[in-house]
Amino acid sequence: MTDIHALSGAYAVDALDDVERVQFERHLAECADCRAEVAGLRETAALLTDAAPVAPPPRMRDSVLEQINEVRPLPPVTSRRDRTPGTGVRRVRSLLVAAALVVVAGAGVTAWHPWSEGAQQPLAVRVLHASDAVSKQVDLPGGGSVTIVNSRALGRVVLQTHGITAPPTGRTYELWLQDARGNMHPAGLVDGGGSRTVVLRGDSSTAKGAGITVEPAGGSRQPTTAPIALIGFGNA
Amino acid sequence: MTGPSPAPRGIPEEPPPDDERARLTELLRRSARGEHDAFAALYDATAPRLHGLVLRVLRDPAQAEEVTQEVYVELWRLSARFDADAGSPLAWMMTVAHRRAVDRVRSTEARTRRDAAFESRNREVEHDQTAETATGNLEARRVRAAVATLTESQRSAIELAYFGGYTHTEVAGLLDLPLGTAKTRIRDGLIRLRDSLGVDHD
Repeated sequence: MTDIHALSGAYAVDALDDVERVQFERHLAECADCRAEVAGLRETAALLTDAAPVAPPPRMRDSVLEQINEVRPLPPVTSRRDRTPGTGVRRVRSLLVAAALVVVAGAGVTAWHPWSEGAQQPLAVRVLHASDAVSKQVDLPGGGSVTIVNSRALGRVVLQTHGITAPPTGRTYELWLQDARGNMHPAGLVDGGGSRTVVLRGDSSTAKGAGITVEPAGGSRQPTTAPIALIGFGNA
Repeated sequence: MTGPSPAPRGIPEEPPPDDERARLTELLRRSARGEHDAFAALYDATAPRLHGLVLRVLRDPAQAEEVTQEVYVELWRLSARFDADAGSPLAWMMTVAHRRAVDRVRSTEARTRRDAAFESRNREVEHDQTAETATGNLEARRVRAAVATLTESQRSAIELAYFGGYTHTEVAGLLDLPLGTAKTRIRDGLIRLRDSLGVDHD
C-alpha cells in the first residue's frame, strides 16, 4: 500500500490540510478501495455522535423551519457518475436516538471527553438549556447584539455576543450583575468582538439584571462609564 | 440478534438494524420534494447528535448554534443530492456538519475565540458542576465499549481529529508523535471501531 492510501482515515474525519485533501481526492477518483474505505470510516465516525448528543435550544428548530421557507431544495443530479459495483455501499446497524449527555469540558484540556462515564456538560450549555432559562436579546449601539440567558435554578447567567464590534484598543467590555439595590458587581470581561459565550461570575438568582460597560483593559471594580446595555431579568 | 455478524466481546448488542436508516432516508426523500413536515421530523431525529458534534468541535455555544442552523438549511437545500446507495443518511448529514464545523474552526479568528471562550473564561466555573444527566443508554454504551478497545494513542488521535477539528499534523504535534504517525493512528483506530461497531464494509 502506498502512502497515499494511509490518508483515508484522516480524510474521513476532515483531518487533512487543503493541499493533502486535493491530492487525496484526486487519488480517490481512481481508487475504489479507498472510496469504499472512506465511506465505511465516515459511517463509523458518525456513530461516535451517539455517545454525546446535545439538544440544541428549542428556538433553533423554529428558526431552521422558518429559514427553509426561503430556500428551494436543489434538483437531483440526473447524470450520475458511474459507480463501481460493490463499492461505496455501506450498511450500518442503526442505533436509536441517544438521550444521554455525556460531555465534559475539563479545565484547560484541549478536548472534551464524550466517552467518559459520568461526564458533564459545560456550565454554559446547561444554563442555555435549563428548563427555567429566560433569554433576552438587545442590540448594541456599536453593532451586533447580545443575548442574556438567566437560569434562576442554576443561579447563573450566560451572555452570548453575536457579531459585536471589538472594543477600542486598550479597552474591554465588562459585564456586571446588578443586585436588588441597584449596585453593580463585576461579573467578567469580554475583550474581543464577534460571537462568543461567557458565563457571568456570581449568583444570578438574586440579581435583578445584567449590564455591559466599556472599561480600561483589565476591567474595573465599579463601572466607570454608562452601560451600553442594561438588561433586566424581570420577575424579580 | 439480527445483525450480520456477531458483536465482539464486551460490546452490548444493538437495537434492530436499519429501521432508523430507512426512516431517515424516507424523510430526506420527502424533504427533497419540499415537504416541510418531513424535514421537521428529520431535524427532531438528528438534531441532538448533529448539534452535539458541532458543539464539540466549536466549543462556543453561540458559534455552534450558528453553524448547526447553517448546516440544517444546507441539508434541506442538498436533500435531493443524498445518494442512498453511497451511505447512510446519518453519515451523510454528519459529514456535511463536520466539514462545516471544521471550516469554521480553522479560520484563525474562530480558533482564537473558541479557545478564549471555554478555556480561560470559564475555567473557574466549569468546576461548579451539579449532578445531572443519565449516562449510558445502549448506544452510548456500545460506542464507549468500542472506544475502550482502542489504544490510548488511537483514541486520543481520533478524539482530537474528529471532535477537536485538528489536522493530523496538528494531532501529531499535540500528542508528541513523529510526523506522519498520527494519520496512521486515526486510520487504524477508525478501522478498529468500524469492526467493533459492526459497520458493514463490502
